[in-house]
Amino acid sequence: MKRSSLASLAWGLAPFVLTLITSSLILLFAGADPLEALGQILGGAFESTRKLADVIVALVPLLLCAAGMLITFAAGLWNIGVEGQMIAGALATTWVALGVKAPVYVMLPLTIIAGMAGGILWGALIGLLRSYGKVNEIFAGLGLNFCATALTNFLIFGPWKPPDGATMSGTDPFPQEAWMPIIGNTRASMIPLAIAIIAIIAVYFLLRDSYWGLKLKAIGQNAQAAQRMGINTRGNLILALAACGALAGLAGSVQTTAVYHRLIPSISGGYGYLSQLVVLLSGLRAEWVPLVVFFFSVIQVGSPRLELRMQLDSSLGGVLQSSVVLFFLLVRGLRQKLERKEG
Amino acid sequence: MKVELYDVHKRFGTVRANDGISLVIEAGTIHGLLGENGAGKTTLMKILSGYQSLDTGRILLDGQPVKFASPAEAIRAGIGMLHQDPLDVPPLTVLDNFVLGRETGLMQRRAAARRELAELCQRFGFDLDPEALTSSLTIGERQQLELVRLLSQGVRVIILDEPTTGISAPQKVLLFDTLRRLAAEGLSVIFVSHKLDEVEALCSRATVLRQGKVSGAVAAPFSGDQLVTLMFGQCLSRSQRPDVPLGQVALRLADVAARTYRLRVEHLNLAVREGEIIGLAGLEGSGQQILMQLCAGILKATSGHVFIGGQDMTHQPYQRFMEMGVGFVPAARLEEGMIPGLTLREHAALTSERGGFFISWPASEDRAQKMIRAFNIIGRSETRVEELSGGNQQRALLAMLPDRMRLLMLEHPTRGLDVESSRWVWSKLLQRREQGTAILFTSTDLDELVENSDRIVVFSGGKMAAPVDASAISCEELGYLIGGRRQ
Amino acid sequence: MANTLIIETIRSVLAASSPLVFAALGETLTERAGVVNLSLDGTILLSAMAGFVVALLSGSLMLGFAAAMVVGAAVALIIAYASIALKQNQAAVGFVLTLLCADLSSFLGQPFVRVPGPSVPHWPIPGLADIPLIGPILFNGDALVYTSYAAIIVIWWWIAKTQPGLKLRSIGERPEAAHSRGVPVNRLRYIYTAVGGALVGLGGAAYSLSVKLGWSHRHTAGMGWIALAIVIFGGWSPFRVAFGAYLFGFLKSLGSILQPVYPNVPTQIFQAAPFALMIVALLLVSGDFTERVLDYLPPKLRPIIASLLRGSPPAALGKPFEPQ
Repeated sequence: MKRSSLASLAWGLAPFVLTLITSSLILLFAGADPLEALGQILGGAFESTRKLADVIVALVPLLLCAAGMLITFAAGLWNIGVEGQMIAGALATTWVALGVKAPVYVMLPLTIIAGMAGGILWGALIGLLRSYGKVNEIFAGLGLNFCATALTNFLIFGPWKPPDGATMSGTDPFPQEAWMPIIGNTRASMIPLAIAIIAIIAVYFLLRDSYWGLKLKAIGQNAQAAQRMGINTRGNLILALAACGALAGLAGSVQTTAVYHRLIPSISGGYGYLSQLVVLLSGLRAEWVPLVVFFFSVIQVGSPRLELRMQLDSSLGGVLQSSVVLFFLLVRGLRQKLERKEG
Repeated sequence: MKVELYDVHKRFGTVRANDGISLVIEAGTIHGLLGENGAGKTTLMKILSGYQSLDTGRILLDGQPVKFASPAEAIRAGIGMLHQDPLDVPPLTVLDNFVLGRETGLMQRRAAARRELAELCQRFGFDLDPEALTSSLTIGERQQLELVRLLSQGVRVIILDEPTTGISAPQKVLLFDTLRRLAAEGLSVIFVSHKLDEVEALCSRATVLRQGKVSGAVAAPFSGDQLVTLMFGQCLSRSQRPDVPLGQVALRLADVAARTYRLRVEHLNLAVREGEIIGLAGLEGSGQQILMQLCAGILKATSGHVFIGGQDMTHQPYQRFMEMGVGFVPAARLEEGMIPGLTLREHAALTSERGGFFISWPASEDRAQKMIRAFNIIGRSETRVEELSGGNQQRALLAMLPDRMRLLMLEHPTRGLDVESSRWVWSKLLQRREQGTAILFTSTDLDELVENSDRIVVFSGGKMAAPVDASAISCEELGYLIGGRRQ
Repeated sequence: MANTLIIETIRSVLAASSPLVFAALGETLTERAGVVNLSLDGTILLSAMAGFVVALLSGSLMLGFAAAMVVGAAVALIIAYASIALKQNQAAVGFVLTLLCADLSSFLGQPFVRVPGPSVPHWPIPGLADIPLIGPILFNGDALVYTSYAAIIVIWWWIAKTQPGLKLRSIGERPEAAHSRGVPVNRLRYIYTAVGGALVGLGGAAYSLSVKLGWSHRHTAGMGWIALAIVIFGGWSPFRVAFGAYLFGFLKSLGSILQPVYPNVPTQIFQAAPFALMIVALLLVSGDFTERVLDYLPPKLRPIIASLLRGSPPAALGKPFEPQ
């Protein structure tokens, strides 16, 4: 008993150990001190309240998108299009924020609804392409991601450009009524954080305890048998993509109203792709997501210090994040292979 | 080439697919290999042709012991297998498929191959266009292609697995002529089939497999009757059953036609009343499965009408059939009936008719426990369905059915089950019958058919015979009907 | 002279598209073998950086290209190993590698940003370059462009005309049939993934050493995703894939040409175009649309249009193969 749990622990830690080793090698190769660099990344998030606030800022879109992807993964889908769904939500919110005049207690809920609506539309589109056009959701998602980015650039440099000329800074700032209340003079905001936490908890219970969650799992495991058992496979898949889109759209919406207070060209900030790494590393289990999200957010926030203090590119943070997931996948595969040989 | 197999054993988990089979095939003969599905013929031939490895046993070719690790090695040794679905590459042309796999180095040497293909085709009377896409060929033509390819590779033993399913009559005549000529040239032909008249017509010897063992071997001249006895075993007499008053017409088929890739059926006419049990008999792939899928709404009719409880359900989706009280229990339990990865409790939740958004786990646990108790399932509520044995999976499938059903269809309800489980399954089915459920089932077990059916419908080559009264027929007679022999 | 302008435009489009041609052809080989290398965008970035840096530091262009090809092959082999031997999901591993290689390229390449470096020298082919019209278009480039022409033809010839090419097609379409004929399915999948990856690496280096010289953050701007789209759009067939690559290059340059003339047309249309085209191509291929369209055509035209339009993915694409 003791031996096998020790072995499990070893297998579980292996990806992290391997990442530390390879990253250290990369750092040495680049002529930097591994200990110092890794210390900067991991410690950077904790050095001031402002930095901690930045961690909260990063947590929100990661939690929301990861929560959404848990739903689609349960149904056996690979929703690479999360990035586009985030953008669609941001676009819808910007449209509302710039176009509608109303007091703050109307505007904020409106932006939230708009964000979800935009994401739902973008997600359902992928579902329709898949169910009726038989287009694989990976390529449909990728294609729509790029269309969303192109649309954003078009709007920022076109109809929504600021009166004194279009720049890479994006649109004009939103009116104050469309600003999420922020904490102090940081960029963190409580409402989005609360929403994100509620979302991940809700998805956990949804997948564990609801009929819909069970149906999605059934479809994900054996779509044909699920169909035979009376489950509407097609409709539920589209619904799952729409639900993920709603959460991702919300993430994008919040980026505009709480973080940047405007629409910028790269509004999704790669969070959509990053959240897929999160979900992979969590082993598709909702209970692990918060921890992994925290880990990734810490790295996100700590990485810029590399540029400041050590003249190294902050992409090392991304290298750490992706390496952990890659090694996780490889180690898992290796472990399964060894277990197959024994069995 | 002479082929000898001695004491071949092959196990898949707990299933003994081949349980000590010994077989001798003389050179220059056509040897029939018979047996129902699950008897072990396909496994044995896969072993002989290099697709599977055997657990224990010996194979000798012309007296020399051989061992194959791959199909290619088997071909080099001289054994080639023509699969039921020929293993060709559909988007390639005929010539491409002919050439693929030859050791010709960098260039294809198409001209030489083209000549060789033409020669072989001419020799046997085949008509294959080298530039045609393989996907556009009929099954018979694809078989011909594969056959000439194997011959061009120099095989001395050809195994044909159910070759006549889905080919046209002229193609069949051509195939049989070809096989006779090959045998006359000294090749050994193993003809795997369950079509008794064909085996009778073609083979000089036949071996019958039953449940993984050799049930018997006969030499020509032999009769279909001998084969039937060897394949289906002895019959018990029919036991008495309480009579149940029949209710209204639950299912009616009016001149229904349908088709799948392999088979086309027409003129299906049947009326089944509540409380009736209809056994669908016939060799695998003769149309029974199509009929059941039509009645369940899984397959759509191309013409005719399907009535459930008086309502025309011909073009309705599967969900509607379920709402009308129709159930379908497939033979492929894990692939089509249940969800691997999910536990019994989760299946109980999925199939309960509760509403609401959230699952009530206590209620589902309760239901799962009831299912386990009532159906004697060896497993716990948290057991995943793929971990259950075949018999327990069948019990679980039955347990998940709604309480009251109008029409229940079962594919091979007792396949793979031991005697006790089979008896138990039928006791449950008879209970439903008393509740007024109409039951249709397919089976290859003559005993089961005669014992449990009110009427039996025999299928042969896509044609449905008129239903016969089960109490007025004996096992032997049923066997003859199935084998395609007329009374 | 409008004539010279057109000639020059076409010539520059052909030259600027050669990295994409290499990448798309490489992925075509990989996917014909049944493996999806989703990591293209990251691989191209990493190999572009590696090619440039190695060429800069060693002074040898050949060494730079070699390094880039090694990088491309190495990344591809990770995907092959993870999916064939370790049975992990190809898309998942490919996706993670995309992000990893992209970030790695930014990190390791940072000291070399905007550092001037070597470039592939201009090399008009004497004699051929003087042929009126096609001379200045086709033969007035550098070694890379000529290699790209050769690659298109060689790869087409390999797939369509040789025995190994037949084996390649079979392992992507129906590996069980290939296996039954003695074709070593998984071994060939490793090889073609590596070769395809090497070509992708070549494309990356072609970019940083010839088209957009040097290195900067996210230098190759989404080329990997575009290559994936083009493989689909091109129906997994070398000539059509190359056509798709040139079409994309043409659309891109059209954007910069037309912009001053039509300032109201958004350039983003050209950004989104390859992907919209890809989705349309997938719709045509996966759905029944092609069949329906063909039904409407007169019978004489059908075979021609069919061979132009049809291009379904290799049937076994992305699916692992078990010999038993």
